[in-house]
Amino acid sequence: MEEKRAGKKPENRVKMREQEPLARAKNFMEVPYGYTPEEAKKEASRCLSCLKPSCRGGCPVSIDIPSFIKLIKEGRFIEAAWKIKEDNAMPAVCGRVCPQEIQCESLCILGKKGKPVAIGNLERFVADYERDNAGMEVPEKPKSTGRKVAVIGSGPGGLSCAADLIKSGHQVTLFEALHKAGGVLVYGIPEFRLPKVIVEKEVDYIRRLGVDVIVNALIGKLFTVDELLTEQGYDACFIATGAGLPVFLGIPGENLNGIYSANEFLTRANLMKAYLFPEYDTPIKRGRNVAVFGGGNVAMDAARVALRLGAEKVCLIYRRSEAEMPARKAEIHHAHEEGIEFMLLTNPLRFIDDGKGNISAVECIKMELGEPDASGRRKPVPVKGSEFRIEIDVAIPAIGTRPNPLLTRHVPGLLLNKRGYIVADYETGMTSKPGVFAGGDIITGSATVILAMGAGRRAAKAINDYFRWKYWDTAKLQGSG
Amino acid sequence: MFKILKKEELSDLVILFEIEAKDIAKKARAGNFFVLKIHEQGERIPLTIADFDRDRGTITTVFQKMGKTTHHLGTLNEGDSILDMTGPLGIHSHIENFGKVVCVGGGVGIAPTFPIARALKEAGNAVISIIGARTKELIFWEDKMRAVSDELIIVTDDGSYGQKAVVTTPLDALLRENQDIKLVYAIGPAIMMKFVCVTTEKHNAKTIVSLNSIMVDATGMCGACRVEVGGETKFACVDGPEFDGRKVDFNLLMSRQRMYIEEERVAMERYKEKSGGN
Repeated sequence: MEEKRAGKKPENRVKMREQEPLARAKNFMEVPYGYTPEEAKKEASRCLSCLKPSCRGGCPVSIDIPSFIKLIKEGRFIEAAWKIKEDNAMPAVCGRVCPQEIQCESLCILGKKGKPVAIGNLERFVADYERDNAGMEVPEKPKSTGRKVAVIGSGPGGLSCAADLIKSGHQVTLFEALHKAGGVLVYGIPEFRLPKVIVEKEVDYIRRLGVDVIVNALIGKLFTVDELLTEQGYDACFIATGAGLPVFLGIPGENLNGIYSANEFLTRANLMKAYLFPEYDTPIKRGRNVAVFGGGNVAMDAARVALRLGAEKVCLIYRRSEAEMPARKAEIHHAHEEGIEFMLLTNPLRFIDDGKGNISAVECIKMELGEPDASGRRKPVPVKGSEFRIEIDVAIPAIGTRPNPLLTRHVPGLLLNKRGYIVADYETGMTSKPGVFAGGDIITGSATVILAMGAGRRAAKAINDYFRWKYWDTAKLQGSG
Repeated sequence: MFKILKKEELSDLVILFEIEAKDIAKKARAGNFFVLKIHEQGERIPLTIADFDRDRGTITTVFQKMGKTTHHLGTLNEGDSILDMTGPLGIHSHIENFGKVVCVGGGVGIAPTFPIARALKEAGNAVISIIGARTKELIFWEDKMRAVSDELIIVTDDGSYGQKAVVTTPLDALLRENQDIKLVYAIGPAIMMKFVCVTTEKHNAKTIVSLNSIMVDATGMCGACRVEVGGETKFACVDGPEFDGRKVDFNLLMSRQRMYIEEERVAMERYKEKSGGN
């Protein structure tokens, strides 16, 4: 049976139509248009419904992929969305931003001879279909357990944890420091990759499930974790405060006007909608010649936002070669298509002033790849005498983040590692402090939306176990700090 | 939503709001600030917490109408609400009994100086305060400052009230005559804080300033507020806002404060057109 199937030439993947690169590089509208119901059914029909599906194992939240695809084949789109929602409260988000090519889709059997089933595209389709046609129905409220949980941070980790906990019958409060819930989904990921309307609908869904979402609440300042656990009567709390503080390049001239951390540039553009200035009040420098430093997804996002703000030229400066870039292949491809100039094996040395406190140029040096370093990637080393200058008026370092100490420095008994991340058990999120769980970027450092969601789900399960057994195991944490 | 319970026009340009914010009031301490966003399209701006009343559940802020957002804010009245407010932010002032201290408040900076002077007084310090402004009209809270100071000196640039001087003139004299001054607090425009530090440097007096850089989230996430202190980059929102003034690069601070001067002009002109020259 298997052989016969494998022998049949698989049909080509149904491509998702998208805006033309040159047109989209000038607007903030979403790049892909999404499948039509016919396209979705056609793509779903490529799924072989393997007896032993491996795709599911590649999903950090273990979505029942074969079942939801089967429902699409049958045209039961809304039921397909519900099937996903058994494991993932935010399919419209994940269908857009998950790196499926290294997760579920990388394990699809079709991938051996051609393109794997477009699982991400299908997930996105059913989520959008359900939202537009069935209004995201809320399941019946479970019986109350009388337990209260505080979830700190409303990014993907916090949202998924809150959704699972509320379905278990606990009372859940989700605290967000900013004025809008969604974390990186609203401040970080640009409109053209993830329309904010979609995030709002997903957050609204979580609210309708019964989660109390409180914005403008900076835990650590407004309330401490100890106050939540004592005075306010929470039985447990989950810390998912995310990636934190931006890292700068540490080179001269870095505080000149026109130099933004990627976090600031994206927050102004996405959360504050500075691309609509002066309709919106937050300004942003619209550079003519922009340089972005880094090779991850955040760097790609910043470069593509700069382009949409009207830059004539956007350079992406990266010290290794394209093969080493940590960004998703699809994002690198989109950046190329839109005309972002990749300046590889190049490292900045210093920023140069225009005499009035603004940036006017960056001096760089060429690099070549030497021996592999600790990360296994070949280490870039400078080429002597290869210094050169590029004239720029906006610079955006996108080279990562470090943990924000605002919350953690006010939690006695919470073990942090040397770099300031919370030490927590990977499986359960248990920290050194009983009743306090943590997950996502605040324990791992910068990662992906879906990994944070996976951590949120595991913590929700662990919180349920903790309530049942009153069991706290920190033995595994010893020595890891 | 955060309701404005009291509005007081301290001058044509300077407005006081007492705002209902129970949880922020409960945690606020001298030296803290908060961020507000007036409405959906608004920007996030940091304002100082000039006073707080834990029983009433309110905080008081004083601001000067400068750009579009502060002008708009100034049109709100008692009973109106502000959409978003986050706080208390920043590391609060370190208060102890130092002995003899000087508190310098310039312009709208008189407001955040008040709770610090009060806390220092309550901790047992001998507090000498200097408040200054361009002209008499812009001096406010004379009574409040007098109540928490052993001595109060008032200066105006044009001599319309108090001494005709800038704050550094009486400060220099005080430091010369009182070798036992342990600490100088200075809050006001960057240029004032810069020259206060030039003065205190001469007398080798420890100086704390509170920096008012441009901020977005004000929780450490963006780095818009970066300043250089002792050659190191710091974030005013989470590492400050108070720093050792003699180590601050004020020229950089002033340059960064002017970063959006053109955009501010555009926003202000557009606002004036829309609001009919208000």
